[in-house]
Amino acid sequence: MGSGNREKFDNPVVEWVDSRLPVFTLMQKEYGVFPTPKNFNYFWNFGAIAMVMLVTMIVTGIALAMHYVPHAAMAFDSVERIMRDVNHGWLLRYLHANGASFFFIAVYIHIFRGMYYGSYKNPRELLWILGVVIFLLMMATAFMGYVLPWGQMSFWGATVITNLFSAIPLVGDSIVTLLWGGFSVDNPTLNRFFALHYLLPFVIFAVVFLHVWALHVTGSNNPLGIEPKGKQDTLPFHPYYTIKDTFGLLVFLLLYVGYAFFAPNDLGHPDNYIPADPLVTPAHIVPEWYFLPFYAILRAITFDIAIPFTDIVLISAKLGGVLAMFGSIALLFALPFLDKHPVRSAVFRPWFKIAFLALAVVTFILGVCGGKPAEGLWVPLAQICTLYYYAFFLVIIPFLNKKEPVAKLPPSIHEAVLSKNKQG
Amino acid sequence: MSTKPTPANDQADEPTRRDFLYLTAAAFGVVGAGSVAWPLIDQMNPAADTLALSTTEVDLSPIEEGQAITVMWRGKPVFIRHRTAKEIEEAKADDSADLRDPQTDAERVKEGHEKWLVMVGICTHLGCVPLGQKDTDVKGEYDGWFCPCHGSHYDSSGRIRKGPAPTNLAVPEYTFLNETTIKIG
Repeated sequence: MGSGNREKFDNPVVEWVDSRLPVFTLMQKEYGVFPTPKNFNYFWNFGAIAMVMLVTMIVTGIALAMHYVPHAAMAFDSVERIMRDVNHGWLLRYLHANGASFFFIAVYIHIFRGMYYGSYKNPRELLWILGVVIFLLMMATAFMGYVLPWGQMSFWGATVITNLFSAIPLVGDSIVTLLWGGFSVDNPTLNRFFALHYLLPFVIFAVVFLHVWALHVTGSNNPLGIEPKGKQDTLPFHPYYTIKDTFGLLVFLLLYVGYAFFAPNDLGHPDNYIPADPLVTPAHIVPEWYFLPFYAILRAITFDIAIPFTDIVLISAKLGGVLAMFGSIALLFALPFLDKHPVRSAVFRPWFKIAFLALAVVTFILGVCGGKPAEGLWVPLAQICTLYYYAFFLVIIPFLNKKEPVAKLPPSIHEAVLSKNKQG
Repeated sequence: MSTKPTPANDQADEPTRRDFLYLTAAAFGVVGAGSVAWPLIDQMNPAADTLALSTTEVDLSPIEEGQAITVMWRGKPVFIRHRTAKEIEEAKADDSADLRDPQTDAERVKEGHEKWLVMVGICTHLGCVPLGQKDTDVKGEYDGWFCPCHGSHYDSSGRIRKGPAPTNLAVPEYTFLNETTIKIG
């Protein structure tokens, strides 16, 4: 970020600022002429899309916070007031509620892209890890945001999720009391969740800055998974990718506002329009759709893990479920160190490609299981899928490290693109 | 630093007064930071007014045999059930069954008041309120309570019999003030 060998700007105002604080030089270097692989497909739009969604959430969220009342007796009514009385309140709330879903859609596609094309591999491990940190922060923020309307799903979702911490041996109950600020989910809980829901997006913003910084050190990966070798392999970010990102963004935003305008409650749950009641549990508690695969993993552990032939339980079913759920995200942190195969892109790894696409299908099935009651065939199905999820990271990837043949890669992005054009 | 005399070779690895000062200063700083951090963490624990609401008195006289009521205590539902002779019998008969959290029925009620079962009505799995208080509710496979969230079955003594919950429904501290009044907490 130092000024270094700065080129002069013609505009005297820009030049005056830039010679004192080189922000224009920085933008020119990082977003103007920044060399970017020339073979991106549309999967590479979703980082920029996620960034726009984060800003949308912060802007609509700050507006909503001007009208929302974080008190157990008033929260529900204040949300209804936003919907009925506040000028454009309905619009702000529906954009915020559906915005959370579309933020997750963008991020899930972004993660899928990173895994499919091996973007987590050397030298981009830290870039990937920062991304998983953002994902975790998003989950915490989304969970606390869903509690704020103080409907039945808000209350019981908060109860179930905070109770996860009671599974921790010895200190679990003290931690839950500390989280609640009382003996059950109540006004103190709502108050602190509001404070943290306001704080965390800015923490996310800071980590996104580090994520983008790390990206601009290593440069982007690309569908071929080979590093650019020179100018013939890259394009300047502007105008080529500013335009491509803008086009993809507009298509994405159309879907988003389509939901917000025409189906604003389709992704939510009707029970959350019933005010919170600590004495009545809804018949079927489900989290928001973006948590369903993890919820299914939580519920898949229905058995205690004991020392064989004794009654000594090492891990109760409850603790086992909690460990399996958090473990499924911990595996994402470990992914760059588990996958040692020298080829990045699944395009040149037919075995990895099959195993990974199966993982995507399995994760989808887990999501379906998570939305169903924990009974009948849904339980063994979720257990099989959980087993595959773990096996993918802990068995299949180490196996492929040793056994999957190393394909011959194209000599350069440039030549690969040209030969593809000749064939087509 | 340039004026510092070069230590003799045999003293090079010995801790110096400066090392000692570094260590004590760092330790002092850690204790100081911890003592400032603790109030910031402890403020999240229940406040004095929340703790003040910690006992409830309940009049049992209007509860007929086979009926149950739910009262609030510390923001949680407490189940109070006037058990029938059949339910007490079932509960005692299962004392020797294969229990996940072994407890006899006698350990879960007050002596001489076996017909009154008082429990915190919160599933020990993830904190839902089990069904079974109303006559029309699903009572699970053991004629007690059933948690709809993740399918835990409790028997007529509130003991966990089937499903993911690790322990029996908790019995809160309570005392009989007289034959028909209890104080919870």
